[in-house]
Amino acid sequence: MPIDVRYVAKLARIELTDEEVERFGAQLAELLEHVKTLNSLDVAAVAATAQVVESRNVMRDDAPRASLDRETVLEQAPQRQGAFVRVPRIIAE
Amino acid sequence: MSVLTERSAAEIARDVNARKLSAREVVDATLAHVDAIDAEVGAYLTPLHDLARATASRVDERVAHGERLPLAGVPLAVKDNMCLVGTRTTCASKILERWSAPYTATAVQRMLDAGCVPIGKTNLDEFAMGSSCENSALGVTRNPFDLTRVPGGSSGGSAAAVAAREATIGLGSDTGGSIREPGAFCNLIGFKPTYGRVSRYGLIAFASSLDQIGPLTRSVEDAALAFDAMGGHDPMDGTSIDRALEPTATALREDLRGLRVGIVREFALDALGPEMAAVYERAYADLKALGATLVDVSLPTAEHGLATYYLIAPAECSSNLARFDGVRYGLRVDGPDVNAMYERTRAAGFGAEVKRRILIGTYALSSGYYDAYYVRAQKARTLIARDFADAFAGCDLIACPATSCPPFAIGAVSDPYSMYLMDYYTIPMSLAGIPALSVPCGWVSEGGTPLPIGLQLAAPHFAEGLLLGAAHAYERATEHASKHTPRAGAPA
Repeated sequence: MPIDVRYVAKLARIELTDEEVERFGAQLAELLEHVKTLNSLDVAAVAATAQVVESRNVMRDDAPRASLDRETVLEQAPQRQGAFVRVPRIIAE
Repeated sequence: MSVLTERSAAEIARDVNARKLSAREVVDATLAHVDAIDAEVGAYLTPLHDLARATASRVDERVAHGERLPLAGVPLAVKDNMCLVGTRTTCASKILERWSAPYTATAVQRMLDAGCVPIGKTNLDEFAMGSSCENSALGVTRNPFDLTRVPGGSSGGSAAAVAAREATIGLGSDTGGSIREPGAFCNLIGFKPTYGRVSRYGLIAFASSLDQIGPLTRSVEDAALAFDAMGGHDPMDGTSIDRALEPTATALREDLRGLRVGIVREFALDALGPEMAAVYERAYADLKALGATLVDVSLPTAEHGLATYYLIAPAECSSNLARFDGVRYGLRVDGPDVNAMYERTRAAGFGAEVKRRILIGTYALSSGYYDAYYVRAQKARTLIARDFADAFAGCDLIACPATSCPPFAIGAVSDPYSMYLMDYYTIPMSLAGIPALSVPCGWVSEGGTPLPIGLQLAAPHFAEGLLLGAAHAYERATEHASKHTPRAGAPA
């Protein structure tokens, strides 16, 4: 089945060149051909794996505690303005 | 070059605790060795000379104040997908090339608390996606036993560092084989504990239901010491198992009497070619000679492991890597609007393999395909886990190949699917979440160069003590690892 690589890349927010669309398209098609072997398994009565070892829902006390220092975190931002991370305009003027 | 770099973690810790040796001496010798050979090996992306010396001096002070540290003065190589506060943590990706970790991963912190000294951050396949280290955007790592070959991956930098004596313990992460395969390729113990045994807090996520941190070492005893130091419950990781960790380093065995070792019917050795098949035949015979009873076991769904994994792992990666969007940290490439900024940032920041996996995962999770691909894979995963449970009803351990070939030449495997096949024998254990390791089991010769081969041993959930114990008995009896020394970093 042909994959609309441009559409998938749009969902994944990755810009692709024409060459990448062609190359990744062929490689993804090949992989999907290989994973077709899973169709030979009878999984009608099988539950999907949710976890592989014993684990329970984890709750913690809703208590305040120290977090990372704001300046340390903001220092990593590609662009900042004061105490904020600066991003391109999201809402049109 | 100093013989200090040849010593095991157990020996270093013993002498540093006894104050016969200082952590500073060990670390100075290790750093000198890194400076002498790492241009050739390429294990480290970021060596940490100043931090290493300061940490070593601090270890010596702690020992002088009467503390006894299980890993006092042991040089540690940290895979560069684990956070270490104040140091560059890149995942070998352009998207994080200049990112500095604001906190330290639990596993790394526990190793430091136990007395380890961080020598540097090591190379990997970008975001731990690969089996050769060739997917690194930031450098080439070479196999210390043959510099024209790959060290394996994705924890190839940590493996090469330990093999070349540029560290004594390496931290790796294993999602489908990323500790065990480089362990096998670099003549090391590569140990992946049970899923959830070692905290993932501070490990930059690839596939969260599979990722697990573990050690790469030159002896089983060192792997056990490392596991005892870093394992156990961590409230910062919701999937970390809240279950007592029995010490493994004090429970190593000298024989395999009373153990039933399962040989997997579906993993026919003739598929590996005569030379490798002979190595594994010999390994199985050695297990028997050590007192084990070999039993035939079946993993009928294991052959579907690769297909299952290459849907589940990319699906999880496509979700985990959505956070790299150019907004809060890492690379940003500007665009006319916010979507263009996301798309250009991710186009410039991710390499081809990461893009491929994000695309596969996005597709497998997308509307209309979710049930056919992702859900079906999760059902296949249930069958694979069930196979292991059935097999372990009749045996205590499973023995099988770690890899289907010896370390290959850099550039020799260019097709993505052929590279995925490198993890054929290690993926099923990852999908089942069981502990597994590779231990050196022999050598094959290619072009006159001896190349190391690894035996994979696997155990039921939480049976790390049994697994390491058995590997120790095998290692002591066979001594395969010491038969050849690396070309890079051989003792002068």
